[in-house]
Amino acid sequence: MSSRGGTNGSRATRLPWRELREAAKRRAPPPLLGKILYLEKLTVSFDGFKALNGLTLYVDPGELRCIIGPNGAGKTTMMDVITGKTRPDEGSAWFGQDIDLLSLSEPEIAQAGIGRKFQKPSVFEFLSVFENLELALADDKSFWRTLVARLTPAHRERIAEVLKVIGLMKEQRVLAGGLSHGQKQWLEIGMLLMQQPELLLVDEPVAGMTPQETERTAELLLSLAGKHTVVVVEHDMDFVRSIASQVTVLHEGRVLAEGDMDRVQNDPQVIEVYLGA
Amino acid sequence: MTPVAGLLRSPFEDRASLAFLALLAVVAIAVPVLNLSVPPSSAFHLSTYALTLIGKYLCYAMLALAVDLIWGFCGILSLGHAAFFALGGYAMGMYLMRQIGTRGVYGHPVLPDFMVFLNWTDLPWFWYGFDRLWFAMLMVAIVPGVLAYVFGWLAFRSRVTGVYLSIMTQALSYALMLAFFRNDMGFGGNNGFTDFKDILGFDLQEDATRSVLLVITTLSLAASYCGCRAIVNSRAGRVIRAIRDAESRTRFLGYRVESYKLWVFVFSAVVAGVAGALYVPQVGIINPSEFEPINSIEVVIWVAVGGRGTLFGAAAGAALVNYAKTYFTAALPEVWLYALGAIFVGVTLFLPRGLAGLLPAASRRQ
Repeated sequence: MSSRGGTNGSRATRLPWRELREAAKRRAPPPLLGKILYLEKLTVSFDGFKALNGLTLYVDPGELRCIIGPNGAGKTTMMDVITGKTRPDEGSAWFGQDIDLLSLSEPEIAQAGIGRKFQKPSVFEFLSVFENLELALADDKSFWRTLVARLTPAHRERIAEVLKVIGLMKEQRVLAGGLSHGQKQWLEIGMLLMQQPELLLVDEPVAGMTPQETERTAELLLSLAGKHTVVVVEHDMDFVRSIASQVTVLHEGRVLAEGDMDRVQNDPQVIEVYLGA
Repeated sequence: MTPVAGLLRSPFEDRASLAFLALLAVVAIAVPVLNLSVPPSSAFHLSTYALTLIGKYLCYAMLALAVDLIWGFCGILSLGHAAFFALGGYAMGMYLMRQIGTRGVYGHPVLPDFMVFLNWTDLPWFWYGFDRLWFAMLMVAIVPGVLAYVFGWLAFRSRVTGVYLSIMTQALSYALMLAFFRNDMGFGGNNGFTDFKDILGFDLQEDATRSVLLVITTLSLAASYCGCRAIVNSRAGRVIRAIRDAESRTRFLGYRVESYKLWVFVFSAVVAGVAGALYVPQVGIINPSEFEPINSIEVVIWVAVGGRGTLFGAAAGAALVNYAKTYFTAALPEVWLYALGAIFVGVTLFLPRGLAGLLPAASRRQ
């Protein structure tokens, strides 16, 4: 904010500078600078039911943010808006300072640097683990280019790296449909890594995982934060406690509370919503 | 560190491809030889009727390849591919009609008989150029390709999928059939085109001409197979399989799903059009019944019987089902449609991967 205070002091400077500055301000409608994701006053209604109701949320770069909330709180709808699957009735969504998410299609958003992992593990079952990662590779994705695309040594190296991170090196030739549930979840996270997105949206990564698998997933997500920004939607409170520094609680399409886990858990409103007091 | 494997290429598929292409080579050599060089008195002589029949099956096999590419690999159940086949056939038919020249019943040097019969005095503009084979061949590819492009652009962009898309392709085929039935369309109405004389000056009734047509058809089938296989084995091929299995997931990986579907659809329509163009000079007739919706559905049955998503299976399915059709419609004509239905139900219930699924390694991969 203070950076904008300088406008007064620079009256003396010549006009073009002021114009440029004004233009820059117009291009960056959100009031806060330096965030990676700006969601403001998002409203989505399905047949009168408001899945999102004036949701406002900011995410810092490199942050690992957990979003929790009871069923129907709007968590998945929020992900849908960010990734372009659902268009909001009102509000704005910006990725960084200059990418208006509401004006882009799903593939454009993906190529801009937002990757998404779905609630239900969705990998390509009739392709091998290796091929799943290959398709996720950050590369030219037009039809005519993929028709003649060959894997470069750098690509292979990258795939090998990710295979190692997700622990599926031995299974690389297996059809993804034959993997266990936990392995599919990891493969999907691996596909996210191949995309090298700035922002990862991860929907319920540990649903249906064994405690050991959950622990490894927590480690994996923690190792990603910093390099990437990670937004995790999760129901498993222990898991959330183990990874998140910042937690946002959604309820009825709005942000109910925000802060660290302890503060959120002791918030009377949150207790009321979760425990139905 | 374990080395990273290359892409998963199934050796089975490579072997099957080789076997399929070898079989086509045998057909291309043996069939003309048995027809032309073996005297009719010999037991090994192949009749011209049989030769034409084989040529017809090869055209159907090409059509089946086109449908398998779009349905088996991209998951788009097109029930309108007979329309692209027929359009290619009509383009070829127009060339053959103009080759008749003064040998028609009315002996008009330019106008085909049906136009003279309708008291037309001038050749409609869209018949210009069809007196040249190269132009007709260009149209054989362009007309189905452009129609597929426009239709696909509208349908895929609006994200019409599944059964709704299938119904639209049926409607497209049906609409074209009604249009081609009209006399004033300028395509011979319900009689269509027939009574062809020659192609590039070679008599279509000659065994040698028919043999050459069969060889060209075999080569076209082999080329289409290699083209489809190349697409399927490329990264684009893996993307279209990804679209088939999880369309929205593919979108979130950054792929423009519509554009992939569109280009595969266009390619598939062009292959179907070429198949139709090769079909017409061999069977000697093209009329609006080729657009009938049931034809497109039959193609889907060939593919399902042979093995969806295998290419060679689809081609074999087309030949086998049509052989059965030839047999039944001669021996027990009233039974054929029941037999076709039974084959389809039987394959769906007991051989979900089609006949190709009976081969030992095919089940490993789709």
